[in-house]
Amino acid sequence: MTAGALSIPRAGAGADAARGGFGRLLRSEWTKFRTVRGWVIGMVVAAILTVFVGLFAAGNATSNCSNSPTGPTLSGKACLPYIPHGPGGEVVTDSFNFAHQPLTGNGSITVRMISLTGEHANITNGHGAQVGGALAAGLAPWSKAGIIIKRSLHQGSAYAAMMVTGSNGVRMQYNYTGDTAGLPGKVSAAAPRWLRLIRSGDTITGYDSGDGTHWTRVGAVTLTGLPATVQAGLFATSPTYTVTNTSFGGDSNNGGPSQATGVFDDLTVSGTPAGGRWADTAVGGGGPVRGPAGSGPAGSGPSGFTEADGRYTLTGSGDIAPATPGPDSTYPTATIEQSLAGAFIGLIAIVVVAAMFVTAEYRRGLIRATLAATPRRGAVLAAKAIVAGGVAFVVGLVASTVAVAVGVQLETSNGQVVLPVSALTEIRVVAGTAAMLAVAAAFAVALGAVLRRSAAAITIAIVTVVLPFLLAVLNVFPSGVGDWLLRLTPAAGLAIEQSIPNYPQVTSVINPAAGYYPLPPFAGFAVLCAWAAAGLALACYVLRRRDA
Amino acid sequence: MSAAVQASRPDRTASRAAPRMTGTGLLDALHAEWTKLRTISGPGWLLLGVVALTIGLSAAAVGATHCPAGPRCAVDPTKLSLTGIEFGQAVVAILAVLTIGNEYSTGMIRVTLAAMPRRELVYAAKAIVVTGLVLVAGALAAGGSVLAGHLILPGHGFTAARGFHVVSLSYGPTLRAAVGSVLYLGLIALLSLGVAAMIRDSAVSIGAALAVLYLFPIILAFVTSPAWQHRLQRWTPTVAGLTIQATTGVHSLPISPWGGLGVLAIWTGVALLAGGSVLRFRDA
Repeated sequence: MTAGALSIPRAGAGADAARGGFGRLLRSEWTKFRTVRGWVIGMVVAAILTVFVGLFAAGNATSNCSNSPTGPTLSGKACLPYIPHGPGGEVVTDSFNFAHQPLTGNGSITVRMISLTGEHANITNGHGAQVGGALAAGLAPWSKAGIIIKRSLHQGSAYAAMMVTGSNGVRMQYNYTGDTAGLPGKVSAAAPRWLRLIRSGDTITGYDSGDGTHWTRVGAVTLTGLPATVQAGLFATSPTYTVTNTSFGGDSNNGGPSQATGVFDDLTVSGTPAGGRWADTAVGGGGPVRGPAGSGPAGSGPSGFTEADGRYTLTGSGDIAPATPGPDSTYPTATIEQSLAGAFIGLIAIVVVAAMFVTAEYRRGLIRATLAATPRRGAVLAAKAIVAGGVAFVVGLVASTVAVAVGVQLETSNGQVVLPVSALTEIRVVAGTAAMLAVAAAFAVALGAVLRRSAAAITIAIVTVVLPFLLAVLNVFPSGVGDWLLRLTPAAGLAIEQSIPNYPQVTSVINPAAGYYPLPPFAGFAVLCAWAAAGLALACYVLRRRDA
Repeated sequence: MSAAVQASRPDRTASRAAPRMTGTGLLDALHAEWTKLRTISGPGWLLLGVVALTIGLSAAAVGATHCPAGPRCAVDPTKLSLTGIEFGQAVVAILAVLTIGNEYSTGMIRVTLAAMPRRELVYAAKAIVVTGLVLVAGALAAGGSVLAGHLILPGHGFTAARGFHVVSLSYGPTLRAAVGSVLYLGLIALLSLGVAAMIRDSAVSIGAALAVLYLFPIILAFVTSPAWQHRLQRWTPTVAGLTIQATTGVHSLPISPWGGLGVLAIWTGVALLAGGSVLRFRDA
């Protein structure tokens, strides 16, 4: 009745006043924010602590090594081996045993593979894991052997390969990051696998077959700028065999070298000089491992290549794959986001301030004046969320930019291999961290408006983001269950920080501490946004329905 | 003045006046704090939350963990059963913070301190009442968690035949872990109380207390240097404190179980002292 009569002039004037109204609302909320000294100090402290905690976490690892048992101890960069970079600029592992011939112009290589066996470090898994002793029979999931066409014998050069793997069937892999599945299942004399690579210009096409007559095209890849003469032949390699004890209180990784042996026959090559001999090169020290594990570096054994009656046996170790973060990596790798661990303390400070931004009005009764001045309560809530989120974004952006820039410098000077990423990815990681903090601030504003009590709002906001992350890091739950915590809770938003993708062809443990999240970056961020949106919708609803 | 007032009614209330003369003793302070906590609904719900959330998370962790027949599992069954303490401690911290923080936000603290000018008595009374309640709730929470592990874990492959101890209070290390977890919650309550007395604002105190609880383990996960990992495991309040839950591989721990709890006690003592000094020397 009265309300209806009142709403008519308001609606009429609304079209004109609404915009200026919201702008003014934003300004009044901004004024409230910046004139409370404690909140401004809180935000500055958040930025400083974020940077310092992040740099502490990232910057204190200095690797020590020594070239010889009696030599001087080296540290930092001096410890690093040669770091190959792939054609895409990424850091790669490129170590394998290679029986090769030059291949000039177009040509092909075809082989029948009848066995893939392996040995790996004998690791007793259980209470008090032990590493050592003789090698035990068995393959790593990504042990691999097959045929390869490679630009040169240099580590990191372009390649395309068809291979049989330990437990991932036939694969076509190229240029370290590319991976396409072929025939599934294991290889044996009863179930051999035929593999074929055909070079035509810059394009290499891979085929596989279970019988040698019916061929399936697995994939084709263009290796830009491939020279006329390349190296083609057989390869075998096997990554570090790792047993991860995922148990509460942090996981322990026990790894040791492994080697794979492929047996081939019916090898035909076209495009090579007639009567060419197979040369054997352990690219990147990728020869076989012999003797007890740990007694010598990979590749210290005999050559590992034999040829008799048209049957070829090749043994190698190492990997042809992108280098990844985490304990399984060949090098002491670091990621650009490693120095963003401090974002948690920033998050806590920002959540406290954002929740108080709403609840302080309830405590002091200011909310009644605010709502009397702006009867559109949804707009008040939106203005508060925008101001708190905007401040959090700016603070987060400054902090994460500094943390990443300085952190990468620190890690590099400490002798860690910072895995390079594209500029776009770097922007996504840095700005994404700021956006994650901004959305968390909006979530805290929503909780503050729903609960009207700072204690409850802050607790829920912090616990729903930090606790799932902590439980996942500590491996409280088996990885399958723990992954769901990082898919469903607001903690999923931290996935925006992941800079190196989860390569399926590299065995790694999904653990945020190692830089892996179960969801892709933007999907995880969307989960956090959904929580914030749901919170704001609920806050809008109860704010309208309830007396202030 | 007050002497005159008292002098005017010695006969009528002789029996009451006598305790009132010494009416600012610890017992009265305890009684006052107990009444404050008892008569509002918040603490009751929070204590219920400590018990429910702790047992709930413990049961979830226990229920989700299986040890398949093949490999041996590097799982500490007792520690797994007490996982919920990670969650329960947050509620304990809130309860302790609000005991002091609420008085500052409502202005009640001025009444309290006017009635009990000996501030250290007020502080001690708050500490005793909160810790007592937390110990009771913690005992229920830890007991329920151990019971969950006792009932569920053997069915998930954690049997004595495969070398796992039975999660039961009759097993010495498990008893130590359970009792230690209860004491751990008590120390967390005191630590949070000290933080709140220092900061004097519920919201900021809760942020600070939760940061103390959860930040160190997260930093530990990101730190790659073994030397710093060792240091953090030995000297940070929650990581060291929770080593009290370890029952397997005790000799390879970075710090002994009771030593770890001692480290937490040192942190708690420092926080309590700092909070007490602030309460003692600053205007409320």
